[in-house]
Amino acid sequence: MAGLLQHLINGLAEGTIYALVALGYTMVYGVLKLINFAHGDVMMVGAYVGYAAAFVLGDGALGSLWGAVLVFLVSILFCGLLGWLVERFAYRPLREKPRLTALITAIGISFTLSYGFQLKVQPEIAGKKVTLLPGADPRTFPEIITPAEWVTLHVPAPAPAPDEVDPAAPHDAADDFVEIIIWNWQVISFVIALALMGGLQVLVFRTKFGRAMRAVSHDHRVAALLGIPVDRVIALTFMLGSALAACAGILYAIKDTLIQPMLGVQLGLKAFVAAVIGGIGNVQGAVLGAVALALCEELVVGYASSSWRDAVAFGFLIVVLLLRPQGLLGRVQAEKV
Amino acid sequence: MPETLGTREVKPPLLGVSGVEVRYGAIQALRGVSLSVGQGDVVALIGANGAGKTSTLRAVSGMLKPTAGTVQLAGQDITGQPAHTLVGKGMAHAPEGRGIFPNLTVLENLELGAYLRSDKAGIAQDLERMYGFFPVLRERQAQLAGTLSGGEQQMLAISRALMSRPKLLLLDEPSLGLAPQVTQTIFRILREVNAQGVSILLVEQNAHLALGLAHWAYVLETGAIVMEGTGQALLASDDVRKAYLGE
Ligand SMILES: Nc1ncnc2c1ncn2[C@@H]1O[C@H](COP(=O)(O)OP(=O)(O)OP(=O)(O)O)[C@@H](O)[C@H]1O
Ligand SMILES: [Mg+2]
Repeated sequence: MAGLLQHLINGLAEGTIYALVALGYTMVYGVLKLINFAHGDVMMVGAYVGYAAAFVLGDGALGSLWGAVLVFLVSILFCGLLGWLVERFAYRPLREKPRLTALITAIGISFTLSYGFQLKVQPEIAGKKVTLLPGADPRTFPEIITPAEWVTLHVPAPAPAPDEVDPAAPHDAADDFVEIIIWNWQVISFVIALALMGGLQVLVFRTKFGRAMRAVSHDHRVAALLGIPVDRVIALTFMLGSALAACAGILYAIKDTLIQPMLGVQLGLKAFVAAVIGGIGNVQGAVLGAVALALCEELVVGYASSSWRDAVAFGFLIVVLLLRPQGLLGRVQAEKV
Repeated sequence: MPETLGTREVKPPLLGVSGVEVRYGAIQALRGVSLSVGQGDVVALIGANGAGKTSTLRAVSGMLKPTAGTVQLAGQDITGQPAHTLVGKGMAHAPEGRGIFPNLTVLENLELGAYLRSDKAGIAQDLERMYGFFPVLRERQAQLAGTLSGGEQQMLAISRALMSRPKLLLLDEPSLGLAPQVTQTIFRILREVNAQGVSILLVEQNAHLALGLAHWAYVLETGAIVMEGTGQALLASDDVRKAYLGE
């Protein structure tokens, strides 16, 4: 019971972060029919920019609300800009080219970012050593939220086996319960992720821009005939996905405390799998797929072995694709000619 | 020079297409098409499969860049301008295959037609006008457009195009695949829309219907205009009757 509860909490925390990244994959696929393999790396960049922002703000800002908000904002803006640059200069010129060209470009950008961030760039500016890129070693992410226990749950402990009980020992009431701590940062992360997903849901399904985005996603030529500026909609979609990835990067860094340049490749792949499981191109599907995947992983790690973790992700993917090739919430769509 | 039957009433020009050529890779789809639509006109463009009717509309609405020739709208050169910039200049194109967004609701489809407008009251008024034309759309406004029948989808496509309050409406085979009764309803509404001041460039395989509605019509054959005239004159022409009316 206690174990299960703990796994559910962990799974949800992980799942909401997967979801924020998966949303970026799915939105970009929606408007461009392109798997943006660089998306996970944008998330990694988001974590590093958050790291740099916290570093520049200094210890005084750590744990304060404005400090945390600034860290998020700087990272969102930076990644938004990065997403815009990638779309504008890498993908847009290839839009009418065979899809494979853009796919290879995406992988190239992914490599450039994930390996580029392994370089150590520390030029001396005005006599001071300034770190621009910190190198391949993992870095400890500053505590922008001071950890505190939010609630402590006392869950009945499993009864010990009779032969383990020493009848002579006095009964200790503390042994009847297991403590499960829910930390403040877990709650804050969860709320931020939910708020972002809720906001995105409203944007996509309740606003004019969202309508335009869904129209472009279905047929950009017809969308243009209605006066929709397709290029701008695609650029904004990229920026939006990148901003979500920035948030995911920071939330991940808060949770895991360590960041390193390959972070985006690993987490990005999981999030991509989640998006495909949910039905690529489908916004609710991405969230569902992400949470389902994370829970699945967490349960397998908890009850089987942690070395199965990655196998689960792909096993789950294969099972879903066999049973529902379009993903959990995806629609079957005739290939357009 | 194409053969001309009947005389054309002189009206101030709205659309002028001159010597337009279009290629798809090695295929030349249009070899110098010239035509015009006057203000308040219904102009029909008829022709066999693959004659280049759709390509002509695409070149006009900016979906395709012509490799030669010019397109003018209300005296302004719009050749090669991207499609999304032409809506604001008064052009609306209901494309071949209807192009509705199946996973958006009927209402969302209609609202997208008014994408560039911000006059809420005017949009609401036009929405009512569309529901007046096609009451079935009001009944189905909350439904996904993909669940509509073919005829209803065509009604939606036309209404969505009209939601931008165009001066010129381009229609690509609105009767395709529809029951005769539905086609009649649609053509009755087109007549009404035209009476309210919207000029129409109509592409049709159903030459009978198109020529009956059109003030002026062009016959397109393998990428070139071979004949033009009043709708009535073409309907009466033996060549047209043989080639396009199956008589
Ligand atoms: N996307 C394309 N790629 C290559 N060739 C094309 C394309 N679209 C049209 N064509 C060719 O261009 C010519 C004109 O096509 P178009 O669609 O304009 O004709 P149409 O008169 O509209 O025919 P239909 O009555 O079948 O709709 C045809 O030979 C057609 O095969
Ligand atoms: Mg056609």
